[in-house]
Amino acid sequence: MADRANLKVDIARILEADCRLSPDEIGRMLAVPADVVAREIAEMEASGAIVRYSARINWDKLDGPERVFAFIGVQATPEREVGFDGIARRLVHFPEVHSLYLISGAQDFDVVLQGSSMRDIAHFVARRLAVIPGVRSTATQFVLQTYKRDGDVLMDAEKPDRLSVTP
Amino acid sequence: MAQVTPTDGRPATSKEVGRRARVAPRVASLPPSGIREFFDLVQTMDDVISLGVGEPDFRTPWHVCDEIIDSLERGRTAYTSNQGIIELRTAISGYLQRLYGVEYDPNSEVLVTNGVSEGIDIAMRATLCPGDSVLVPEPCFVSYSACAWLAGGEAIPVPTRIENGFRLRREDLEAAVRPNTRSLMLGYPSNPTGAVMTRAEMGEVAQFVLDHDLLVYSDEIYDRLVYDGHQHVCFATLPGMRERTILLNGFSKAFAMTGLRVGYTCAPADLTEAMCRIHQYAAMCCSTSSQIGAAEALAHGEGEVQRMVADYDQRRRLLVGALKDMGLDCFEPQGAFYTFPSIRSTGLTSREFASRLLEEERVAVVPGTAFGPCGEGHVRACYATSRENLRLAVDRIRRFIDRLH
Repeated sequence: MADRANLKVDIARILEADCRLSPDEIGRMLAVPADVVAREIAEMEASGAIVRYSARINWDKLDGPERVFAFIGVQATPEREVGFDGIARRLVHFPEVHSLYLISGAQDFDVVLQGSSMRDIAHFVARRLAVIPGVRSTATQFVLQTYKRDGDVLMDAEKPDRLSVTP
Repeated sequence: MAQVTPTDGRPATSKEVGRRARVAPRVASLPPSGIREFFDLVQTMDDVISLGVGEPDFRTPWHVCDEIIDSLERGRTAYTSNQGIIELRTAISGYLQRLYGVEYDPNSEVLVTNGVSEGIDIAMRATLCPGDSVLVPEPCFVSYSACAWLAGGEAIPVPTRIENGFRLRREDLEAAVRPNTRSLMLGYPSNPTGAVMTRAEMGEVAQFVLDHDLLVYSDEIYDRLVYDGHQHVCFATLPGMRERTILLNGFSKAFAMTGLRVGYTCAPADLTEAMCRIHQYAAMCCSTSSQIGAAEALAHGEGEVQRMVADYDQRRRLLVGALKDMGLDCFEPQGAFYTFPSIRSTGLTSREFASRLLEEERVAVVPGTAFGPCGEGHVRACYATSRENLRLAVDRIRRFIDRLH
């Protein structure tokens, strides 16, 4: 029987690796009844711990529209009372903003942008990002190749050989 | 493996050149491995989902590989001392002390071997005399009886059964022991059954060992792969057993390093010295690169071990649950990464079941008889494979069994 205190964490780990598993399968894996798993999942969905379910795609393998990513280092001046949150609020709802982090060091924000072309991204930086009051500078770095993302290696690698029957 | 017995001294397979047989009778009379035979069959087929492996599906932790790559770049490719690099022996000693509280002197009681397989071989060769017998609980790993035979001894099978949880019982040992019995081979957690033994049960075995003045070879390669809160019992920690036990362990299973071939023996100095005498002439030393990787595994690999064990545990529950749902009598394995379901209800022999499942559904499992005659009525299915593979395999096995009924 899984430790009840960590049950949500255990379920979340399993779903993070494969969100297609059913409560029944997860219940088997953790030796917990399926209805208990379903209830824990519902609670995590309600609390926002589970944000949504999605697949991780290696877009380089698809002949779809081009996707370009860029990391934008942003220096900004914090505002009285809200600090950096005001600028963050201005940014988070743009669909071009893939991820947004407040970071330590010489830059204040790391903004990950996605667009259909380098020009798209350049336009966004010039017209939307750099002009936000409080933004002092931007430094744009385009992604040339993705080798690993969110823990998944995206490089083509030989599968290690395993014999099919061994002692 | 079937009990190994001498033939008439004139094996049919050896050719004669001049007046002598080319292959030594003792080797020629070894039965072929049931695993090898089945492997050859699987190799002829495509698209097989294999539950027939005996190794982790995880890649070797990268920090271990990285350390090996670094050592190669530095040119660390020379021989090591026969016993193995002292850093590794010291690390092994500390690791066992931390895990089980058992102490071995890294200078005189630890020997690094080419996997546990070499450890079994040299342990038996160092301690058996012609005519000695070794008690070998079955079903078991395929090498035990063969190594005993090659060392000049004879293996006496001690059958264990599903109704007893494949545990070794004193009465079974008493029924098998002979006046010429020199030693007992233990392999818990068990390949192929996944059975484990409690301290109380091992205590009974230890008392039997004392009463019959035996040595013990304790293959504990699956010691870290235990589930449901079971605590592995290191046999040498039982009263009076450290002096009588050759502890065999290695890095293949817990650290996913099978092909790197690093094992070790821990035993009193006189036994270690005797084993090292064979090892120095027959093997010289374990691969230097692999020893360096093993030392790294012990230094920084604990987190990876625990992550892998947790993952095996989840897959174990998936596979065992699915097999039970199919109506198979499936013993609840608490160790290693195997299930050993009974397939008697299908009316097929182990070999028929495995062959037909392979031919009709392209799923490879190993016939239980590959691990000794008392494995008849069972197959070994390994859950060290991806969940996707397990799911597919389970669907196919279910379809196969439904057709049989």
